[in-house]
Amino acid sequence: MVDLAQMKNGQQGIVVRFQGGHGFIRHVQALGIIEGKRITKLASHPLKGPILLSVDNLQIAIGFGMAKKIFFNVDGQ
Amino acid sequence: MKRILLMGNPNVGKSVIFSRLTGVNVVTSNYPGTTVEFTRGHMTFKGERAEIIDVPGTYTLEPTSKAEEVACDMMKEGDLVIDIVDATNLERNLRLTMDIIDKKILTIVVLNMWDETKHMGIDIDIKKLEELLGVPVVTTVAPTGEGIKELVIRLVEAKVGGIEERKEHERWDEVGRIVSECQRLSHRHHTFLEKFGDASVKPLTGIPIGIIAIYLIFKIIRFIGELLVVVGEGLFDSIWTPVMILMSEVLGSSGFIHDILVGKLIEGEIDYGQSFGLLSTGLFVPLAAVLPYIISFYLILGILEDVGFLPRFAVLVDTIMHRVGLHGFASIAMFLGLGCNVPGILATRILETRRERFIAATLLAICVPCMALTAMVIGLVGEKGGQYVAAVFITLFVVWIILGFFLNRMMGGESMELYMEIPPYRIPYFGALMKKFGMRVRQFITSAVPLVLLGVLIVNILYSLGIIEFLGKIFAPLITRVLGLPREAISSLIIGFLRKDVAVGMLDPLNLTGGQLVVASVVLAMYFPCVGTFAILFKELGIKDMLKSVLIMLISAFSVGGILNVIFYGVGLGG
Repeated sequence: MVDLAQMKNGQQGIVVRFQGGHGFIRHVQALGIIEGKRITKLASHPLKGPILLSVDNLQIAIGFGMAKKIFFNVDGQ
Repeated sequence: MKRILLMGNPNVGKSVIFSRLTGVNVVTSNYPGTTVEFTRGHMTFKGERAEIIDVPGTYTLEPTSKAEEVACDMMKEGDLVIDIVDATNLERNLRLTMDIIDKKILTIVVLNMWDETKHMGIDIDIKKLEELLGVPVVTTVAPTGEGIKELVIRLVEAKVGGIEERKEHERWDEVGRIVSECQRLSHRHHTFLEKFGDASVKPLTGIPIGIIAIYLIFKIIRFIGELLVVVGEGLFDSIWTPVMILMSEVLGSSGFIHDILVGKLIEGEIDYGQSFGLLSTGLFVPLAAVLPYIISFYLILGILEDVGFLPRFAVLVDTIMHRVGLHGFASIAMFLGLGCNVPGILATRILETRRERFIAATLLAICVPCMALTAMVIGLVGEKGGQYVAAVFITLFVVWIILGFFLNRMMGGESMELYMEIPPYRIPYFGALMKKFGMRVRQFITSAVPLVLLGVLIVNILYSLGIIEFLGKIFAPLITRVLGLPREAISSLIIGFLRKDVAVGMLDPLNLTGGQLVVASVVLAMYFPCVGTFAILFKELGIKDMLKSVLIMLISAFSVGGILNVIFYGVGLGG
């Protein structure tokens, strides 16, 4: 299990769990990042900048700190 | 009167549907209330006049920002909800639909962007969805009007759906179940727009694309603006000047009434920059000098908004924005502020914390020049050379960074993180674009022109009563010693509170050097918000924080002005 910041660009994975408060979980869930969802990490901006991912037909940008609190099972690992 | 609410996730086309339902002849007033703007209009429902409200977008009915709070509060006062769903993102959107249905309110679901589902290989079984949700579902393509008629007809069928209460974690499961039952996806290839959309948000390709885009944007705005200024000046010279000359002769070429209406004659002629009459300078400044840039800016801004450039820009500048205690999304507010600070400050409501809203609103009011000021600076300071115009904007940008850095340090607390969805690039619908553009230009004309006229009137009165001279003496040390400007510049600072464009215009008769013009323009941009911005700051921040913000403005404006003066004096360009 790795967090979103550790995932490599282009990797896919299934959302396993969140580490954070109720408010944080609601924020990310509102954007469609839900346990059991398959997401693709698209890119990460330098200097701990935002991370881009895609869920279904959506592209989402989230901050580096938030990305470290979302954990995945990466495909093929 | 029945109240119909238009609700949905952000960016699903609620406002387009709103304007379709209410029609063009309906008064839709903007309410910059204490919380967030929502728009209301009217339509006929069951033979009666019903109020229809365009509620700000929200992801759930548990608010996470001030803007979402309003949406939730509105919910309590509605009789019927039209839930607008982005058909290309059914699952995420249905989460809110569930929340709405569980409130046991009359609901009808609209699957908007229906045309896009076909290109995207999405097939949704409407009948099945209606059955599962227990409320009617219609499909629309809002910008073309497709499906709007059916929506109006079927509005009476709106039902209270949902049978059993659901707990929060059950809702996502339920949504997943519904989507798997009524949606089928087929494979498809990525379009050029999608590829370009990806490229412009990834760091390696996005940063160069962003820099080129920003450069081009300002080039184009300036190009169109200058072109229209030439047209405007030509129209004034050929049509209005003869009228003014006639009027001047009738009024006897001088005297109080003459000077207020036509203004002082400069070497026997009307000079739109220096005469300062209500009908000469008072009309010329807003219509021939500023309006061209307003037109140009809002044309380009509208396209950028509708294409989907701004959220990508927000991602690209996120890292920089964190240095000033904000996150990327605040850049959108700054962008809007370049047109007019008022909508810019309103847009800071989308930020999560009070700290962020304070920093964003303060930076915006101090360092983001509105288009009215910008147009006048380009026009007036530009006469001395492009390097002076550049000096004004570079100074403001540097101050923005330094001040933001200090505010971030001083205020304590952490900056929030960016989290936002990035909509696909879309080709704007021409009609929708023009409508928005028309509204913004109209708003400038109706709100700015009267204020400019008032400003010019006040200038005349203050001058003739000798008040300007009096204040000039009192503030002489500040104006002459610190800023290196002539005493009379005080008049410009006084009027700057009303309108920044008139204030810059008042520098024209003072015959300042290039360096002095830069100092005066920078101070005018920074020292105090114009009356519109002042009111919105008060409303958004409350009196205490507004005063704090104003204090920061005054201190930073005169320090920066003083430093600039020393620099220009040092290189021999000062007064």
